[in-house]
Amino acid sequence: MAATRMRSVLLLAALAAPMAAPAALAQSGPAGTLRIGLDVDADALDPTLSRTYVGRIVFNALCDKLVDIDDKLNIVPQMAASFTWVDPTTLEFKLRPGLKFHDGTDVDAAAIKFNMDRHMTMQGSTRRGEIAGIERVEEVDKLTARIVLKAPNVPFLAQLTDRAGMLVSPKAATALGADFGKAPVCAGPFKFVERVPQDRIVLEKFPEYWDAGKIHLNRVVYQPIIDGSVRQANLRAGSIDMGMGFLPNDAVDLGKDNRIKLFTFAGLGYQSLTFNLTNGTRPRTPMMTDARVRKAFELSIDRTALIQVVYNGLYTPIAQMVPPNSPFYAPEVPPPARDVAKAKALLAEAGVRGPLAVELMIANSPDARQAAEVIQSMAAEAGFDVKIRSTEFVTALQASDKGDFEVFWIGWSGRADADGNIWNMVRTGGPLNASSYSNKEVDSLLEQARAIPDVAARRALYGKVATQLHQDLPLMYVFSGKWIMATTGRVSGFQPVPDGLIRLQGVRVQ
Amino acid sequence: MRGHLGVRFAQVIPTLLLVSIMVFCLQQLMPGDPALVLAGEERDPEVLEQIRRELKLDQPLVFQYFYWIGNVLQGDLGFSWRIRQPVTELVATKLPVTLQLASMAFIIAVFIGVPMGVLSAVKKNTFWDYLANGIGLAGLSTPNFWLGIMLILLVSVHLGWLPPSGYVPLTEDWRQSLATTIMPAFVLGNAISAVLMRHTRSAMLTALQQDYVRTARAKGLSEHLVVIKHALRNALVPVVTLGALELGTLLSGAVLTEQVFSIPGFGKMIVDAVFNRDYPVVQGVVLVTATVYVMLNLVADVLYVMINPRLRGA
Repeated sequence: MAATRMRSVLLLAALAAPMAAPAALAQSGPAGTLRIGLDVDADALDPTLSRTYVGRIVFNALCDKLVDIDDKLNIVPQMAASFTWVDPTTLEFKLRPGLKFHDGTDVDAAAIKFNMDRHMTMQGSTRRGEIAGIERVEEVDKLTARIVLKAPNVPFLAQLTDRAGMLVSPKAATALGADFGKAPVCAGPFKFVERVPQDRIVLEKFPEYWDAGKIHLNRVVYQPIIDGSVRQANLRAGSIDMGMGFLPNDAVDLGKDNRIKLFTFAGLGYQSLTFNLTNGTRPRTPMMTDARVRKAFELSIDRTALIQVVYNGLYTPIAQMVPPNSPFYAPEVPPPARDVAKAKALLAEAGVRGPLAVELMIANSPDARQAAEVIQSMAAEAGFDVKIRSTEFVTALQASDKGDFEVFWIGWSGRADADGNIWNMVRTGGPLNASSYSNKEVDSLLEQARAIPDVAARRALYGKVATQLHQDLPLMYVFSGKWIMATTGRVSGFQPVPDGLIRLQGVRVQ
Repeated sequence: MRGHLGVRFAQVIPTLLLVSIMVFCLQQLMPGDPALVLAGEERDPEVLEQIRRELKLDQPLVFQYFYWIGNVLQGDLGFSWRIRQPVTELVATKLPVTLQLASMAFIIAVFIGVPMGVLSAVKKNTFWDYLANGIGLAGLSTPNFWLGIMLILLVSVHLGWLPPSGYVPLTEDWRQSLATTIMPAFVLGNAISAVLMRHTRSAMLTALQQDYVRTARAKGLSEHLVVIKHALRNALVPVVTLGALELGTLLSGAVLTEQVFSIPGFGKMIVDAVFNRDYPVVQGVVLVTATVYVMLNLVADVLYVMINPRLRGA
C-alpha cells in the first residue's frame, strides 16, 4: 500500500516538475524580445485595408511611412528625406537613398505611385476617403515623387503620417494580391514572421533598416489580451513587457506597483455630447432648436467634477475640438465653469417651464453609464430631466447616422491635424455631422484653413471656428482623454507620442 | 437495423439545414449594420457603400443565405471580414485548441468529482461528506471568469508558478502547452467536477444499499474492494452518461474561460466575431459545432443499436 502511495506521489511530482520550468520561461522571453499586450486583436495586416487602432500599433513596427509625427505633433520626415509644398496643390517627396523593402526590393518613387494607386483602387480599401483629394502622382526621378491634389488641402500631409503614407512592396503586393495581409512586406524596422489570429503577431528585426542604429530589439510579439485586469496581471507577472489600452482605474492600481512604469499621456481626441439639430425626422425639441437651451445644458455640467468622479481626474476638460497639446488649440475658448443660476436664467429666457425632458443616448460601457448618471444628476439641478438611453455601440452609431437621437455621448480618437477632428463632423453635409449642423461661415473658415500651410494662420482660423461652435453648440466638447500604457522595469527608452502608437525606436528590453 | 440507421442518416440533412437557417436568421436579428463596424471610425460613405456591395449586404436576405449556403456546400465557409482569412482555415486552427482544453478540463473534473462523490457517499453525514458537499456547492456557484481572474492573481502574479495567459500547441512544446492550459482547464473543469461529484454521491449511495454489496461484505471482502470494485463500478454507469452530456457544457463554457486566459480557441473566436459583426465566422463556427454535435448523436444512436438488440427491429 505504502509503495502504491509513493508511486502516486512520484507520478504527481513527475507531472508537476516539467510545468514549473515553462512557468519560469514565461517570466522572460528570448533575449531582445519585447512582448506587447494589446486590448484587442489587430484586423487585416494590410495598410490599405486596415481600420483599427491596434492594427496601427503593429504597422508602426512593420511599415515605415513617408512622414511621421513627433511628440510635439510636428510632421517630420521618415522614409522621405524631405517634403515640400511646391504650390498649394503640389506636394513633393524626396526619398532617402538606399531604402529597402523587407523582400530586398528598392523603395522608390514608383513605389509611392503604386501605393497611392493601390489605396484608391483595391477592393475593400479604407484609405480611399483619406486620399480622395489626389488628382495624380508623378514620378519626377527615381527618388522624387509629386502628389498633385485636386484642390488646396494642407491637412492631406497629416494623412500620410499614418496608414495612407505607408509603403508596401509593390512586388509582394502584386504577387499576393488580396492575401497580402497574411504575409505583409513593408520597409519598417521589423519584418513579419508569423500571425496566429487571436493569439500573437511576431515580427523580427530587419537588419537593413535605414535607421537600424535606433533599433535595440530582436523580436516583437504582440499578444491580444482583451480583459483589462488580465492584461494587468500579465504585466505584473512579467508575461508581457508592455501593455496598452488601460483605463483610469487600472492606472491607479498600476501606479501603486513599483515594479511597473506607468505612462499616461495626452491624446488627440475628444469626448463630446453631440446634439441633434436637424438630423432625421424626430420631433424637434427645445434642445434641438434653441442654442440657449444647449448653452444652459452646458452650464449645468461641471466638467472637472465629472472627470474626477468617473475618470479619476486623469482627463483634461475642453470646450473645443482639439486638446491643449495641439498647435491648433485656441486658448480663447476655455471650458466654462459650472453656473446653475445662469443655466436656469437661460432656460427661462428660452421659455422653458418646468423640467425639460432630454434623452441622452450612450453606447453601453461602465464608464459611459457612470458619466451619463453624473450628467443626469448635475443637469437636474438646472431643470433638465435627463433620460439615459443605453444601447450597444454599433446600434448607437446606426441611430446617430439616422438622426434617431437627441443627445449622444460619443468620442473621437483624434488626428494630428485639427482638420481631422472637425472637417467631417461640422461641415455642411460632412459624413460624421450627426447634428446636421450647417453654418456657411464655419464652412468657409474650414475651407480657408485647408488652403494655408502656415500653422499660426490656420490656428487663428480654427480659433474662429471653435468660438462659433461654442456659441451654436452642435457639439459640446467635454474632455480630451489620455493614453494609458505601462511597461515592466525591464523596458527602457519608450517615448510616448500623442497619437498613442507604440514607436520602438530607442526601446530596449533587459 | 438498416432501416433505422437509414432514417437517422436522412434526419441529419434537414437538421443541419435548419441549423444553417437558424444561425443565419438569428444573426440578422443582431442590431447594428456590420458595414459600420468594418468601415472604421471615419465611416466614409463611399467606403460603407463599397463594403455593403462587396459583402453582398445590399442584396435581399434570401439571396445572401443561398449565396452563403451554396458556398458552404462546396466546402467554402467564406472568409473573415475582420482579418480576411478563410473561415475553414481559422476553424482548423482553433478547434484543436478548444478540444485540448475541454479534454483536459474533463479529465480534471473526473479526477476531482468522482473521488469526492465516493468519499462523500462512503462517509455519509460525517465531516468529510459536509466538506465534499461544501466544495461541490462552491464549485457550482463560482463563476468561471471570477475564478479565472483570482487564479491568475494568486498563481501567476503572486506565486509566479504558471504563465497567466496565452497558449502553446502540444506539438510545439508539450510542457509549455500544459503550463498554459492547466489553469484554464481547472477553471473549466471545476463546475463539471461539482456536478459529477453530486451524481457520483447519489449513485454510490444507491449502489451501497444493493444486495450484491451486502453479499460482497458478507463474503468478508475488505471495505476498499467493496466500494471500488463492486459499488463504484456499477455507480459509474449513469455518471459516464452524464459526463458525456457535460462535454457539450465544456465546449460552451470554453467561451468565457478562453476569453479570460486569452486562449486562442473556438470560444474566443466566436466572442470576437460577434462583437465585430464578423458574420461568416459566427456562421461557420456555429455550423461546424452543430455538425459535430449532430454527428456525435448519430454515432451514439448507432452504438445504442449495436448494444441494444431490441432496437434492431425498429
